[in-house]
Amino acid sequence: MAKLSLNRICKSFGKTTILKDISLDIEDGEFVSLVGQSGCGKSTLLRVIAGLETPDSGEIRIDGARVNDAAPKHRNIAMVFQDYALYPHMSVAENMGMPLIMARLPLHARLPLLRHLAPAHARERPGIQRDVAEVARKLRIEHLLDRRPAQLSGGQRQRVALGRALVRDPKIFLMDEPLSNLDAKLRVQVRREISELHASSGLTFVYVTHDQVEAMTMSSRVALMQGGTILQMGAPNTLYGNPDTVDVARFIGSPEINILPGTLENGVVRCGEIALPVAPAGGGGLRSGPVQVGVRPEHMVLETVPELAYPARAGRGLSLTFRKRMIEDLGGEVLVHGHLNGHPEHDVRIRAQKSEAYGSGGSLSQARDWEVRVNPAHILLFDAGGMRLRAEPVLADTHAEPAALQGGLRKKLDLV
Amino acid sequence: MAAATATTASPLQRAQARLAYWLVAPATLLILLIYIVPIAMVIAASLTDYTLVSDYFEFVGLDNYRRMATDDQFGNALHNTFVFAAMFLPAAFVVSLVLAIAIQERKQFRSILEVLYFLPVTSTLAAMALVWAALLDSRQGVINSAIAALGLPPLNFLGSQDLVLFSLALISLWSTIGFNMVLFLAGLTAIPKNLYEAAAIDGADHPLDRFFKVTWPMLGPTAMFVAITTSITAFKLFDVVAIVTRGGPDKASEVYLYLAFLEGFEYFNMGYSAALSLVFLLLILVFAIIQAVVVDRRVHY
Amino acid sequence: MPVTPLLQDGPSRPARFDLSALWRAIRPRSPGAVIVTALLLLGAWIMVFPFIWMVSSSLKPTNEVFDPVFTIIPKTFAGLGNYYSVLFDQPYPRFLLNSLIVCVGILVVQLVTAIPAAYALAKLKFRGSTILFGTVVASLTIPINVTSIPLYIGIVKAGLLDTHVAMMFPFFISVFAIFLFRQFFRTFPDSIIQAARIDGFSEMEIVLRLILPSAVPAIAAFSVFSFVAHWNDLYWPLIVVQSQDKMTATLSMMQYQQEFYTDYGKTFASATVVTAPMVVAFLLARRHFIRGITMTGVKG
Repeated sequence: MAKLSLNRICKSFGKTTILKDISLDIEDGEFVSLVGQSGCGKSTLLRVIAGLETPDSGEIRIDGARVNDAAPKHRNIAMVFQDYALYPHMSVAENMGMPLIMARLPLHARLPLLRHLAPAHARERPGIQRDVAEVARKLRIEHLLDRRPAQLSGGQRQRVALGRALVRDPKIFLMDEPLSNLDAKLRVQVRREISELHASSGLTFVYVTHDQVEAMTMSSRVALMQGGTILQMGAPNTLYGNPDTVDVARFIGSPEINILPGTLENGVVRCGEIALPVAPAGGGGLRSGPVQVGVRPEHMVLETVPELAYPARAGRGLSLTFRKRMIEDLGGEVLVHGHLNGHPEHDVRIRAQKSEAYGSGGSLSQARDWEVRVNPAHILLFDAGGMRLRAEPVLADTHAEPAALQGGLRKKLDLV
Repeated sequence: MAAATATTASPLQRAQARLAYWLVAPATLLILLIYIVPIAMVIAASLTDYTLVSDYFEFVGLDNYRRMATDDQFGNALHNTFVFAAMFLPAAFVVSLVLAIAIQERKQFRSILEVLYFLPVTSTLAAMALVWAALLDSRQGVINSAIAALGLPPLNFLGSQDLVLFSLALISLWSTIGFNMVLFLAGLTAIPKNLYEAAAIDGADHPLDRFFKVTWPMLGPTAMFVAITTSITAFKLFDVVAIVTRGGPDKASEVYLYLAFLEGFEYFNMGYSAALSLVFLLLILVFAIIQAVVVDRRVHY
Repeated sequence: MPVTPLLQDGPSRPARFDLSALWRAIRPRSPGAVIVTALLLLGAWIMVFPFIWMVSSSLKPTNEVFDPVFTIIPKTFAGLGNYYSVLFDQPYPRFLLNSLIVCVGILVVQLVTAIPAAYALAKLKFRGSTILFGTVVASLTIPINVTSIPLYIGIVKAGLLDTHVAMMFPFFISVFAIFLFRQFFRTFPDSIIQAARIDGFSEMEIVLRLILPSAVPAIAAFSVFSFVAHWNDLYWPLIVVQSQDKMTATLSMMQYQQEFYTDYGKTFASATVVTAPMVVAFLLARRHFIRGITMTGVKG
């Protein structure tokens, strides 16, 4: 339960700058994810927060107090490492008891042999064992207390690492890619448990991951990092629906967003078959020039009626010709690869329900050219440099209901 | 679970086995000639009074071993060896460990220090023993000069019965510390850094805590290896004695192997020497096994 | 035209001697660290001093070696005389040659016998492999001192006393090498060997064209280890060498035991000559030396 603020943190290792002027504020009880690809600096930032690295410049404050020079143990934090970093020679109980021993016993009561002479040792041990047992119960690992880490499975080791962190009653909980060593099914389960842990404990969580699904599902806010800076920080939905840059748009969302080159001339976006008049959001003007047009695979709706002509029907969004190349069958969903008319070299992905792709009349994989519909409101525009152009489409037909456009029109024309 | 029996080996396995026999043949032959047969012969010889000089020898049973029990020289040699080992072993272990820990943290000087401390290990001990004999000389040695400069009386390092084993221990330490240090360094480097980080977060950032909670437990296998090889080295002391003191003064530095050597190759009591050798082998075997068994269980995670 | 450095991160700086960076690298982190560093350097001095003394004395005439006032640079330079005497008054080159022959011979046979055996023990299944490996491990504990008598007797009976073969024989097999290479080969991925078998490699080809090249670093490390050990050997040569003709460099130090009381300068010149090759080799090939040592110890 603590407020964390970082102000203009810079960190270099030798000639390489890892963190460039990072500032962020995390409120009490938030779950913030630091996401990004390898090398973006997220782990380094976490270690700076933990106190394992000292920033070259900038300030770290926990609950308003400056902690730049404070050792990790004085910051009231707990950390779960990617490979758990359990002490291999100690039992689970001893692993989890370590922080308490460090906190409650003076040095002479901790040293081997000597400690049996110290009264503090005998006095505190029962209390420590009790606290450890309680946390073990909460995490359902009491039956493992006597085992060594080498005898545990990956998931069990993770709980022990969590236990070791929880037992300290920390204010801030740091996690460095804790799920990456688990298999897929276990990952989903543990993800849920971590979320529940956050909800029940109310602690401030800072969570590092390269997996945007984890970040999106677990966090109250996500900080997307690249090359040592924060590209964008905000609620998951904001990063998804309102990205600041094309890099953010690319990183968030799976499968990756489709980006096609286009131009903006006199207020009209042209890209392949798209001719979309736009007006700048919040007034101002839009400069003509090359732009990048982005549409997410899940926002492209299939209309698989090849026989009909494809006039642009007002009120039903943009209609584009899509030539299918390949279908990936994912079970209930399919991922269709192909390209849009006008951009043969750009691979475009469409995510659709299986029923949409194949239709009621049986296999439509024979059809090669499909009609694809896009709600103009789902089009993301970026300038040539990747910065988001906030513009609103000018809908010719204002009586079109956004709600009808939203879920995708599943009008199946009878072919009989 | 059906186990594959040797009789129903597949053609591939048979081809493998055939190749294997060819591959191990030379080595096996050499092992037979150099280890197995000689050991058998040593056991046999220890039961005789064989001297190389005459071809006539007879079996004397356990006489040689009985002789050991009453032989003053044997007791003396054993005593010298143990005293030497008692001085050498702890120092060789602890000092090199401390050195390794200290050097590991010094990034800038680490390679230079590693090289300097390891230099004595590569040198020819026989040659350096002469150098040390000169340095430790009771009248002219540099060390005694330094002691005299402090106003203290000179020490007869190699000529005094009380000091000679100590001096030998010093020389041996000088030549082996670097070796142990390098081994410990390797062991230290293998300790995952994030264990120390986890410990730091848990509150163990005092050097003593770090040592007892992380360093020492994780060094287990390395420490065991160092302990065993160092103890074997301690018992195998020979070169320096042969070159510098020749067992003197007055047998005060006659260590076990030197005695065995003298008995065999100067007095030609081969039978007795063989018995001595066997006892020696048993000694180090027992020592090594004790260490391995006692420590091994606790040391591997 | 500016030359772009190989690795570039951030704006490139001219390669000036950066004092501030140097200071930041060397600067001790606390007063305690200074003391420890000082102690370490003192210890290093103790390690190195005998070498310095030895070389210095080798350059001095006899009467100056034990001069009460010790100086590193000799007042009278007698180096030429000393070294000349060491190298030419006695057949020193012969001693060096003997050492070389013995060490190389030992190493070659060790490698040729140990590597195939190690591979067989590591990767092939055959009856007796456990017994063989057990024997190897047991033999690791047997020092030359124990087996020297029967070996000596055998050599004498075979009439091979005082020959190079005799000097090399007990070391032809290095159970240590077998152990070391077996550990190394065990880490070689089985999948590569199986893929090779599928591709049609014969077993022999697998050994020669796949395994052997991959073992080069281990071979290099072990070679260094073995060469140094046998260059410095004293015990066995002392036993089997009878004539000056076959003396090794190290063995020649025994001769100088007598000389020690008459000509100090020469004594230490000979000591220098004996020690120098290995020390120089170490300084040039540090990595391999240390690799060889650690390979034995760290894996347990």
